[in-house]
Amino acid sequence: MNKEIVCITCPRGCIMKVTQEKDDLGKISFQVTGNFCKKGETFAINELTSPMRTICSTVKTDFKDVPVLPCRVSADIPKDKIFDVMAEINKVVITEKIKRNDIIIKNVLGLGVDVICTSDMLN
Amino acid sequence: MVKTDVLVIGGGPAGLAAAISAKKEGADVILVEREARLGGILKQCIHDGFGLVRYGEKLSGPEYAERFIGEFLELKIKAKLLTFVTSIEKNDKGFKAALVSKEGIEEVQTKSLILATGCRERTSKQVFIHGTRPAGIFTAGTAQHFTNLLGQLPTKRCVILGSGDIGLIMARRLTLEGAKVLGVYEVKPTPSGLTRNIHQCLYDFDIPLYLSHTVTRVFGDDRLTAVEVVKVDEKMQVISGTEEIVECDALILSVGLIPENEIAEDLDVEIDPKTKGPKCDTHLMTSVPGIFSCGNALHVSDLVDYVSESGETAGKYAAHFALQFQDADNKNISSYTGVLGDGKLVDIEIGDNILYFVPQSLNLETDLSSVIVYFRSKDVFDNSKLKIKVDGKVVFEKKYAFLRPPEMEKLKLDFASFGITDKSLILAEVEVGVSE
Ligand SMILES: Cc1cc2nc3c(=O)[nH]c(=O)nc-3n(C[C@H](O)[C@H](O)[C@H](O)COP(=O)(O)OP(=O)(O)OC[C@H]3O[C@@H](n4cnc5c(N)ncnc54)[C@H](O)[C@@H]3O)c2cc1C
Repeated sequence: MNKEIVCITCPRGCIMKVTQEKDDLGKISFQVTGNFCKKGETFAINELTSPMRTICSTVKTDFKDVPVLPCRVSADIPKDKIFDVMAEINKVVITEKIKRNDIIIKNVLGLGVDVICTSDMLN
Repeated sequence: MVKTDVLVIGGGPAGLAAAISAKKEGADVILVEREARLGGILKQCIHDGFGLVRYGEKLSGPEYAERFIGEFLELKIKAKLLTFVTSIEKNDKGFKAALVSKEGIEEVQTKSLILATGCRERTSKQVFIHGTRPAGIFTAGTAQHFTNLLGQLPTKRCVILGSGDIGLIMARRLTLEGAKVLGVYEVKPTPSGLTRNIHQCLYDFDIPLYLSHTVTRVFGDDRLTAVEVVKVDEKMQVISGTEEIVECDALILSVGLIPENEIAEDLDVEIDPKTKGPKCDTHLMTSVPGIFSCGNALHVSDLVDYVSESGETAGKYAAHFALQFQDADNKNISSYTGVLGDGKLVDIEIGDNILYFVPQSLNLETDLSSVIVYFRSKDVFDNSKLKIKVDGKVVFEKKYAFLRPPEMEKLKLDFASFGITDKSLILAEVEVGVSE
């Protein structure tokens, strides 16, 4: 199998080729070319095995001057869980003055990552 | 009247970095911002990807801005928020600015001035579309403001015209919030946003990108109901028979950013027609001694890291400029001819395949041994070479596997070693089709 993948790790946006090979024992390995750094290789292999993404969004608040507060997940989540996590984020209403890096949803959907606040705007 | 060494206009990442660096050089600094909070456009850029070059981390816009705001506050720099600059005039002590805020009008006398006013988006007035003017046509930045700062989704079903980065980022953002983005239409045969944004913002969400397409007509009385899209040929002429009607409640424009330089123009600062920002030397001083420019007002950057870097340069030298007059309050600044005032300038001309090159000139009386330069290519090129020539002789070259206009290139050059005199002709050009 041969696939072209664009790395989204940094603005360089390397265009990579990944080849999947199976040896005689059925063990699968990957060959990545076109990547500028090691991160590209990791990203390319993940794309074929278990693609991960980050989410940045906002949560509603009770504060008139700051109707929404920016947030994100503390680490990447599986790509196919993006809309499920968005649904959780959109259930939240912030009622207290939280700070940057404060946890908004702990261990969201049991994925092992938190939804955290990314601004000190309320302070 | 309030007196200061350095007056910074704009409290975005450029202005913040400039104020911090001027203060660290020992200057008295005042920063003026028209909005209620510092941070500039980054307040609404909630997505991540900021600060990779500077911090090696993927920060969101607010996180990146708040690092600088933290340092700004720690240094106890004076900020005047919700304050507009109504006029600035040059006088023999530098510049006199009239500021308006809720408290009334205040005058500030400053020795140097930093313009960090950012950029604005091209609007529908600058794009030719037939039809009425129904509500529902707005820029990607406006959509971002509504969604990320006001928490109001401005559309349920939209078409995006132009493939600039903010449009791509908003295609993803609106999709995440439940809106349907029907497609991104780009008149050119190549996208103007970063490749990674095409992938992570469009392809990840199955949003189609239509290259060589544009919007020619809008429909609707009060609110937009549909747009007409067409295919264009290599000369960007409409191919008749390809018209298609797409029903939507919004047309979002992402057709480019222009440096904001109203104040600079009022002060007769020379503007480079290529960057649309002030023409600057390596200290980011403009054609008017004492006026400095940085960030997106200087030229539109795709990375905020470079915006901060230019702010630091402008801040440092604006402080140096002002501090030359520390004990000379009665000297006439406007007629000053010194190292940072009126050195010998040599222009850097741009040749083949280059869209623009910053800085535009070198001040020969300053240290030119490690000058940060930025350039963009005119087109997408594989295997090309940047060449710097002095009087026809190549003094520097660098190979690039790819050059793409959306991706600005940055280098540090030792112009001091190039044997440049005030009579030299300096040329920057890109040679294409060089072998690997
Ligand atoms: C809508 C939009 C979205 C963007 N998204 C991204 C992105 O996702 N990633 C990225 O890297 N870059 C993005 N950019 C580019 C972004 O502008 C830069 O990264 C960076 O924010 C530029 O910093 P700046 O300080 O030059 O300008 P800005 O952040 O625009 O700050 C300029 C400040 O000056 C103030 N100002 C202007 N005129 C006056 C005046 N006359 N008096 C007082 N104050 C004034 C403004 O209110 C503003 O706060 C975006 C730009 C725009 C316009």
